[in-house]
Amino acid sequence: MRRLLFLAGGPVLALALSGCRNDMHHQAKIKPFRESKFFADGASARALPEGTVARGFLREDSALWRGHGPDGKFVEQIPVPLTRALLLRGQERFNVFCSPCHGRTGQGQGMIVQRGFKRPTSFHADRLRAERAGYFFDVITNGFGQMSGYAVQVTPEDRWAVVAWIRTLQASQHMPGDFLEKGDREHLDTAALASQPEPAASGHSPSKKSSLSSSETK
Amino acid sequence: MSQIFNRSTNAIARLSIWGAVFILGGVGWAASILNRSAYNTNQGVTVKQPVPFGHEHHVAGLGIDCRYCHSFVEKSASAGIPPTATCINCHKLIWSDSPMLEPVRESFRTGKPLNWRKVYDLPDFVYFDHSIHVAKGVGCVSCHGRVDKMRLTAQFPSLQMEWCIACHRNPEKFLRPKDRIFDLTWAAADQETLGRDLAKQNHLRSTVALTNCSTCHR
Repeated sequence: MRRLLFLAGGPVLALALSGCRNDMHHQAKIKPFRESKFFADGASARALPEGTVARGFLREDSALWRGHGPDGKFVEQIPVPLTRALLLRGQERFNVFCSPCHGRTGQGQGMIVQRGFKRPTSFHADRLRAERAGYFFDVITNGFGQMSGYAVQVTPEDRWAVVAWIRTLQASQHMPGDFLEKGDREHLDTAALASQPEPAASGHSPSKKSSLSSSETK
Repeated sequence: MSQIFNRSTNAIARLSIWGAVFILGGVGWAASILNRSAYNTNQGVTVKQPVPFGHEHHVAGLGIDCRYCHSFVEKSASAGIPPTATCINCHKLIWSDSPMLEPVRESFRTGKPLNWRKVYDLPDFVYFDHSIHVAKGVGCVSCHGRVDKMRLTAQFPSLQMEWCIACHRNPEKFLRPKDRIFDLTWAAADQETLGRDLAKQNHLRSTVALTNCSTCHR
């Protein structure tokens, strides 16, 4: 009988010790993405009820938040100040969210397109070069064709930054040659020569090489 | 009434009194090994998910940035598990009839979230915040390991407090420049100098403040 008690004591002690652990590790509270038994769909994070506006989210300025004026026409210009910081932010967001399909240069040959997604129109096509800034904002927000909207991932402020970056990419492909400063122009010519499939090694003049290195050290 | 113990148990009794130090030491040692083992910490353990999502394919194979799916990692405590709509962005056209992805399509049709299981399950008394770690210069790879090499996602560190504290005591060993946070392959040439500079530049709090209980527990 006593031996039985001894034998039973071990498991009871183990059970008691393991019981210490779990209350605090798994508290009866909701952390992000935790399941909720209360709601039918099991999600603890709830969507905003239709027709309601959260405090601080009344976005009256239609141009800024929706990309079109009160007349419903897309705004011509980006309605936030263009700064270097905005362009760099736009570049970063573009590379994260847009480049998988549009490619880093906006030609529309990103990796997902190479794996079979429908190829988007190049940003350098005439139609998209002529579009107003608000149009791009609207497409990022609501999607277009096979593209889903990115309103959830990209905030309105970031959407304008991305639009600014799209404009930068467009400008980069249609810059008149004499617009460039002398060093940059030579740099570009050297790069174009270097990237040709059949290198004309003898055609490379040493002066061009030196201009490349000097522009890089600038 | 017969004797419970045989005469030979005397020897065992004497031996165990003298050996108590070693026995207790041995038990303590075994407990510490067990405590640090994967059996207890889940280090290196994968979790069965509703869809066998492969980070290796999406990150290394396609070059998708961490933030495309974990969009809130720079701004909020939780990095964000992507909504099913994010999967559908690409998988509406790619692998769109794969039986493996049927749970994804079903979730998108019904609006019922996929029941992704947590791989990094911190105790509820830890208040971890992704955004502050990113802002101060801790890269994804420091805690999540080479996710780009994981077919199925596993827990990289032990997640025991000694592991957290090791970095909170010497954060300069892990800090990296802002534009390298999401780069899983980057390593500093001179981490010691860089880390010290970044700690100053990013206004890291003192070791005393960083190892204060209330920094992580409240």
